[in-house]
Amino acid sequence: MSRVEDHRHLTGGASFVDDIAVPGLRYLAFTRSPYAAARIESIDTDEAGSTPGVDAVLTAGDLSELERFIPLLNRPDFVPVETPLLARDRVRHVGEPVAMVVARTPHAAEDGAERVRVSYERLDPVASMDAAMAHHSPAVHDDAPDNLLLDALFQDDPEIDGVIDGADLIVEATLESARVTAVPMEARACLAEWHGRTRRCTLHTSTQIPHIVRTSVAGLLAIPEHRLRVIAPDVGGGFGQKCVVAREEVLTCIASRAIGQPVKWTADRQENLVADFQGHQQRYEVRAGFTGEGVMLALDALVWTDVGAYSCHPFTCGVEPLMAAAEMPGPYTVRHYRCRTRAVATHKTPMAPYRGVARPQIVLVMERLMQKAALRLGLEQSEVRARNLIPERAFPYTTAAGLRIDKGSYGESLARCVEALDLRAFRERQRAAREEGRLIGLGFSCFGERTGYGTEAFEQRKMAMTPGYDIARLALDPTGGITLNVGTASHGQSHETTLAQIAAEALAVHPATIDVRQGDTDQSPYGWGTFASRSMVVSGGATRRASLLLADRLKHLGSHLLEAAPEDLELRDGAVVVRGSPEQSVSFKDIGRIAYLEVHRLPAGEEPGVEARAVFDPPGTFSNATHGCIVEIDPDTGAVGFDRYVVVEDCGVMINPMVVEGQVRGGVAQGIAAALYEQVVYSDDGQPLTTSLMDYLVPTASEIPQVEIFHLETPSEHSETGAKGMGEGGTMGAPACVASAVNDALAHLDIELDSLPILPEQVLVAIKRARTQRKPL
Amino acid sequence: MNDVHLITITVNGQPSEVAVEARRTLADVLRHDLGYTGTHVGCEHGICGACTVILDGAPVRSCLIFGVQADDASVETVEGLAGDGDLNTLQESFSEQHALQCGFCTPGFLMLATALLRANPDPTDEEIREAVASNLCRCTGYEPILAAIRQTADRGLASGDDEAGREGNGRGTRDPHVSVPREAEQPGGQ
Repeated sequence: MSRVEDHRHLTGGASFVDDIAVPGLRYLAFTRSPYAAARIESIDTDEAGSTPGVDAVLTAGDLSELERFIPLLNRPDFVPVETPLLARDRVRHVGEPVAMVVARTPHAAEDGAERVRVSYERLDPVASMDAAMAHHSPAVHDDAPDNLLLDALFQDDPEIDGVIDGADLIVEATLESARVTAVPMEARACLAEWHGRTRRCTLHTSTQIPHIVRTSVAGLLAIPEHRLRVIAPDVGGGFGQKCVVAREEVLTCIASRAIGQPVKWTADRQENLVADFQGHQQRYEVRAGFTGEGVMLALDALVWTDVGAYSCHPFTCGVEPLMAAAEMPGPYTVRHYRCRTRAVATHKTPMAPYRGVARPQIVLVMERLMQKAALRLGLEQSEVRARNLIPERAFPYTTAAGLRIDKGSYGESLARCVEALDLRAFRERQRAAREEGRLIGLGFSCFGERTGYGTEAFEQRKMAMTPGYDIARLALDPTGGITLNVGTASHGQSHETTLAQIAAEALAVHPATIDVRQGDTDQSPYGWGTFASRSMVVSGGATRRASLLLADRLKHLGSHLLEAAPEDLELRDGAVVVRGSPEQSVSFKDIGRIAYLEVHRLPAGEEPGVEARAVFDPPGTFSNATHGCIVEIDPDTGAVGFDRYVVVEDCGVMINPMVVEGQVRGGVAQGIAAALYEQVVYSDDGQPLTTSLMDYLVPTASEIPQVEIFHLETPSEHSETGAKGMGEGGTMGAPACVASAVNDALAHLDIELDSLPILPEQVLVAIKRARTQRKPL
Repeated sequence: MNDVHLITITVNGQPSEVAVEARRTLADVLRHDLGYTGTHVGCEHGICGACTVILDGAPVRSCLIFGVQADDASVETVEGLAGDGDLNTLQESFSEQHALQCGFCTPGFLMLATALLRANPDPTDEEIREAVASNLCRCTGYEPILAAIRQTADRGLASGDDEAGREGNGRGTRDPHVSVPREAEQPGGQ
């Protein structure tokens, strides 16, 4: 079936925030810090204020009555720090908003923003984790003199040192991944309408989390939530960057209140690349002990995450370091595990969850450890993985980190991937290629993807608010149309199609009968939005439950109208039908008309209306996959090209295979981007150097290969539909898979590359070094 | 800044007069002066191609063209592709191949592909890939976009390509020699 969403997007009929026009609209532009670290001595707004077309200039002094924005995590080892909405006395990253200018045209607003004169006293910037941890480093925040916003011994094991020291093989490594950024094709945009007469505010914003934005923005403005309506219209991608509350979302509302007119802010790409949330900058110092047969006995890890200048709300800067510690052992049976995990503050743009959240990195860590062990023991890398994967009979399996993994097809997906790539034949080709001086390599990554986290999982993370459940509300209208309202917020994931499919199946109607509504806090039940691969499990589960309740209600009304017992009725083709006597039926349309417009025909005491509401709050469920790829490295340029890319995935029951494959392909593309192309680069003084798409290299169709996808199906016991989430797996598996293949191609040269992205120059330097050591290609 | 010019611009066959500041881009004129919000602005520096429209027969980045440069010109946007509300072959193929997810880059790819297939109705797979590499998509991994354009070429764009956009404007009709411009190729060996 074609997607419900497609027609409007293909005809120019979609409505993104910047497409919305309202009378009297004013435009907002920000004056942002040009320095990574500085004290603000003074701000002169006179020239900006007298710029033609400028209505108002606001600075921190105008925000004094607001609540303070302090993301919280209820852990003693977490240091909460305030994110000033507009900088007060200090700036802590390039791009931090210092003043805002409202004007009659976007150009006038930008003219005004350029004329805000800020006098800065520059301070020594802390531009890297090494700088932050150096003795006598300046403190990014006074409350964290050691620049650690989180320093947690997540798990200890008193026996671990002995186990590793006594192991047949000890593998030590330092693995790193660069800071990257999500680059949704639509950058953030906000349109706030403060209605003075009704004392209500409507905020249109490009977000993944409309209700969290409502709660948070209303809290900061100190207004009751029912006076704020948040609408996420069409949203042009998010990937996590839009699953946190941005300062600009609050500030646009404040600007509208200040001038009594609707105000719009549309980020340009430079603002998106410089000032919007980034992620994935991590370093892992690991030590592992293996048996001579390649079985991992123990894993000791120190995790460093460069979280930038502030915490994000509601997840905080603990999201990556804590995810890494909780899930690092992955689908492997290692029993001794110790992990210390740290969030380091630097004078850089803050980080937020980005597709995968530390799992692309922990998969890299585990897969490279497996590969290194294989190399040292003279074993095939897939064989070492197979010896460590959770065996079929062991589910549900509790990992060394205490995580309970439900049934999956880990071993089978690896075996299928090995078969699809014909590993044995590849090794022969590789031997021949090496004799010709060609560099080809094959890599794998095996991983589980935790999805559909419920309240319990977020409570364990000690978040101040605990996302988890979601609610679905269904109503039949008098014409037989069915409206489904949900609290999730699709922004490319096709929920208008897939949630309608779930409801349609339960109600035995065509999916086109179901109209899915989302993203408007005045219409939708309170919900947590779309992130963490939760929607198909959580919202899909609530949808199925509500649909079954609505089916019961329809049968109940049908039984009166057909004078038949409810248990003798079934739903078929939009009607309630007497089982075995299809001529005895009443259509949903007739039931709707009677239940709303002719309620006198209902039995005494029967309430009007046909509605249902249900909640789902699952414990969480794991998808799994194995990625495999074959690459060829050009020895003259260092460039990596793909010969094959295979994904064998298992996300349980697929509601819509086309959408599943779309998520896999898009995720793999983002993972390849992180493996080979993308990185946010800062100079030593904290200046971002990748401020346009000429510098930050999002791959094109020339770089991304065809992805061959194979499906396995292990239905989840923890979801209503058997489906498991799968929105992030592509991004989690691809970096490790690519790194594994590149290292496989270079293994005979004693080259090991453990830092992402693997750029052509690094490959060339490594090859050159190998050549000087007289190793033939 | 009061450097305002009166321009005449024909969009999807519909002529309009607009007063524009000299510094206003064609993308802003289309979106905010004329209401063709199907043209999206993704980077404003000519890399992502979300704002691609067809100007006098050739695909251009409308963020890199000033409105005044489009005086007396004919522009085709995504709104002009579907005749009488029915999707054309290219649009149908995009839907069938799942070549769009969030939809933000989609209008740019549709206009890019329209220009490609008019100039080269039977492109090789490599020619399609090269043209598609002009624009960025963050959701799909590109493969479905390539497949959708391949499918359209195999079915024949002409059967669904709405001629209205190019009729009645008196100029800028199809130039058989037009090719997809390379003005926005990325540096860095991409």
